[in-house]
Amino acid sequence: MRTVLARIAVALIAGMIFGFGLSLSGMLDPARVRGFLDVAGNFDPSLAFVLAGAVMVSTLGTLMSRRLRHPLLDSKFHLPVNHDIDVPLVAGAAIFGAGWGMSGLCPGPAISSLALGFLPSYVFAGTMLAGILLHDHWPLRLWRAGRKRLDA
Amino acid sequence: MTSLTYLHAFTGGALIGLAAALFLLLDGRIAGVSGIIGGSLKPAGENQLRNICFLVGLFLGPVIYRLSFGGWPVIHFETSIWVLALAGLFVGFGTRLGSGCTSGHGGCGLARLSRRSIVAVVTFVSFGMLTVTAMNHLGY
Repeated sequence: MRTVLARIAVALIAGMIFGFGLSLSGMLDPARVRGFLDVAGNFDPSLAFVLAGAVMVSTLGTLMSRRLRHPLLDSKFHLPVNHDIDVPLVAGAAIFGAGWGMSGLCPGPAISSLALGFLPSYVFAGTMLAGILLHDHWPLRLWRAGRKRLDA
Repeated sequence: MTSLTYLHAFTGGALIGLAAALFLLLDGRIAGVSGIIGGSLKPAGENQLRNICFLVGLFLGPVIYRLSFGGWPVIHFETSIWVLALAGLFVGFGTRLGSGCTSGHGGCGLARLSRRSIVAVVTFVSFGMLTVTAMNHLGY
């Protein structure tokens, strides 16, 4: 029970640090993000520094994790098991990229910026949730799962 | 752009990396926001609760910023509400189909040198750049 509470506290604190980092970095501003993506026009390179900072510290975490047999509060690491470059990966990333360019928002900033109380943030978060539910629960998914069972 | 802008960008990024490192070392999980939102919508006891708590933390981030610096982060929307609504649908659906977003594939996957994440990041950054360039040319 204590470990469960500790895990939940870690999620809350990690989320808070993440959200504070987003606020400090400028990533919450859709206009800045679109400026970063506007390489052929009014390019704003500053957000490349966000990625650089994140990957540097995250790499230290990854290297440390490889020296552990299991995470401190769980019996094993829960890492992705799929290593194939497949169509859903590339198609999904392309669709996401188009939406990211249109709006200047990705999922993390979309949730954090709700705290600022602007209507457009709520509209975006609402349709983003709809997109997630559409993917996770739509009938094609059941069809694909069924086909996988036939393949096996 | 001043050098302070770059310093804030880098420090903010480092904090995002710190959050990802903590989540990995303590909970053993990837701090990918699209996956966490997906998990928060699936009824599965402790997992669901932990995912929801991470999202509550994300929401509280700007509040802590406000308490620390006395002002909210400044944001500007350039796109009309209809384009935003369509974009939200693309972002939600695309990140789930592609198994990750800027945080999971970008912040965590690149650090793990995951081949899938490298392909995903190159793809979504390229499509993001193409989309912004196309919209600017078409006058949106």
